[in-house]
Amino acid sequence: MTWETQVHSSRGTEGIRDGVPEHMLDRCKLALQDDFLRKAVRFTADKLRSKKDAVVDHLGHWEEWRERGSAIREETISHLDYYLQQFAENVEKSGGRVYFAEDAGEAAQTLLDILSAKQAKSVVKAKSMVSEEIQMNEVLEDAGIDVVETDLGEFIVQLAKEKPSHIIIPAIHKNRNQIRDLFTAAGGKNLTTDTKVLTAFARQYLREKYLHAEVGVTGCNFGIAKSGTLALFTNEGNADMVMNLPKTHIVLMGMERVVPTFADFEVMANLLPRSATGQKLTTYVSMITGPRAHGEMDGAKELHVIILDNGRCRQLGDENYKDILKCIRCGACLNVCPVYRQVGGHAYASVYPGPIGAVLSPLLNGGEKYTDLPFASSLCGACAEACPVKIQHHDMLVHLRQQAVGNHYPVAGERLMMKGFARIFSSSQRYRLVMDTARVCQKPLVRDGIITAKLGPLAGWTKGRDFPALAKESFRRRWVKLQRELAASGKGGQRK
Amino acid sequence: MKASLFLTCIVDNFFPDVGEAMARILDYCGVSLDIPEQQTCCGQPAFNSGFVSEARESAATLLEAFADSDYVVAPSGSCTGITHHYYEELFKDDVRYSRLARELGEKSYELSQFLVNVLGVTDLGAVFPHRVTYHPTCHGTRILGIKDEPLQLLRAVRDIDFVELPYLQDCCGFGGTFAVKMSDISIAMVTEKAEHVLETQAEVLVGFDMGCMMNIGGRLQRMGKPVRVLHLAQLLYEGMMNANVFAEKVSETV
Repeated sequence: MTWETQVHSSRGTEGIRDGVPEHMLDRCKLALQDDFLRKAVRFTADKLRSKKDAVVDHLGHWEEWRERGSAIREETISHLDYYLQQFAENVEKSGGRVYFAEDAGEAAQTLLDILSAKQAKSVVKAKSMVSEEIQMNEVLEDAGIDVVETDLGEFIVQLAKEKPSHIIIPAIHKNRNQIRDLFTAAGGKNLTTDTKVLTAFARQYLREKYLHAEVGVTGCNFGIAKSGTLALFTNEGNADMVMNLPKTHIVLMGMERVVPTFADFEVMANLLPRSATGQKLTTYVSMITGPRAHGEMDGAKELHVIILDNGRCRQLGDENYKDILKCIRCGACLNVCPVYRQVGGHAYASVYPGPIGAVLSPLLNGGEKYTDLPFASSLCGACAEACPVKIQHHDMLVHLRQQAVGNHYPVAGERLMMKGFARIFSSSQRYRLVMDTARVCQKPLVRDGIITAKLGPLAGWTKGRDFPALAKESFRRRWVKLQRELAASGKGGQRK
Repeated sequence: MKASLFLTCIVDNFFPDVGEAMARILDYCGVSLDIPEQQTCCGQPAFNSGFVSEARESAATLLEAFADSDYVVAPSGSCTGITHHYYEELFKDDVRYSRLARELGEKSYELSQFLVNVLGVTDLGAVFPHRVTYHPTCHGTRILGIKDEPLQLLRAVRDIDFVELPYLQDCCGFGGTFAVKMSDISIAMVTEKAEHVLETQAEVLVGFDMGCMMNIGGRLQRMGKPVRVLHLAQLLYEGMMNANVFAEKVSETV
């Protein structure tokens, strides 16, 4: 089954990862043919953008909030070793256990070890991007452990055997008909496409799972170093079920997810929901410090926190990229990205899509296969403008391109062309000579001042656009006469 | 006042009318102009593609060309943007060039910035009785920091029927070599941009970067839509011609 037919398929039974084209551009070409996907992405992105704009206006002083958020994240990652240690100590003090995993494999093994010690056969999970990074669902299924996504969007994506296409809205690419079919295949009876009917089915299905699962796994939006508190922003209440109903709670977190204090957390709590979903605050903000203590009514009896590196540490020492660790995973960059808007998340074929993915995916472990992601950007800078912690994605994309070129990434043709570019444009005489020659040589291609021929590197342009012909006379040449005219009758030089 | 024109390779070779309009407007404002010979291209096609040393070779021509200029003015936010934002880093290993890069960043302006912020001019006396929409191009606004300078100039134009472009902040899909290397994505982006331009029913689309303008213009042309695509300098100059401001000036001096 091709990638394209899978995207179109409402009840794809094979993994979307199989048969995915190797190159970003080819995946994009497929996505561009999917009108439904593109419409859905535009619709959702527009909604999130306008909600964000409204809620940010209402808060006021947004630029100052961003400055503050950026400063806090910068402080945190500049002293990450200190804050991480403080966080780990405080988690343990409050009765939890902390594990540091160097890579995805180690994190998955740690997770499996805990599950096997608990003899767990059934796991419920609330949304976590790190769980995607370590391919948790696949690992658990291979070990014969039943794992169910409880975030509605993730649940839909899991039933479709796909991957999230947006870090906040994972099922952005699915419509209600497709969702009804998926739910019917999962055992739903007489389902309609009514939202209430569909959510009622999910609710009933998931309730059973919460009650029988031995272990609940969640991600974590922030870990507060000073108290060892874990904070989660959610809208569906599922994370609270996952954290409280099973006896054991395992948290997966990226190592950069800490903030120093509650005061810093408050700034993040103002930035994250507004940037992510355009909400002043998510429906639930859950904070847990340690497992259920003696005399407490709820909470898991055991708390395990697995902290993942997976290439993050490597960025700490790199001036060009360390700021990417400031990211708070809000997805605002996706919602404003004009490339994401056209092709959606699956075209990135990585855990993290959009601008954040184009930077982060090549930098994390196993990033070699994402070398072409940074090239799929017009470097427009909309991501940096939207980022609540002021990450300059476009600068990093340029650096990643330089790195790729250093590692012999582009095809020989482009390398040769760039050598030619440098040769021509390093001397104004050569530059003028080449342009004058081109002016003559282009003649057979020009009709009414435009070129439409699909030739060489121009083909990419002319396939969808007319290209202007070189002017009969360059401005420099025209300037010789114009300068004389202005000298005779112009006003130049009258201003002091 | 003296200023040097940074032509940009696109305007020099493809759109000399933009260069002429800019020169005539600046001359009208009393600025004495020169065009240093050595300049070729800012190096952005190589730089943005990841070819640093190739970019440096081309960029060096600008540093040499404008070493002695008081002001440098360009009909582009993108080409000026790269000189401001990346040149110092590009030449950080060369003492002289890194100094020239810093100085160039301090004295170079995109045309509308120069008119509004340096010369203090917003009203050029132009008359332009057409329906116009404006696309604020990304590098100019986000990297160079152009704010509403182009709008201040447009607002002062008489009889203009200005209509705001929907989704104006979205990139048109030009992105230099991106437009060719990732052409399918680029064409999807410019198609959406062209559709928004058409929604406004404007006769004229105006902007301050010819790379983006030739992208949107080329798409509109391919779609068979007769929207005129102009650089801000062209619109202002045509408006000044409509109002006969140059003729008045001649009679004043006679």
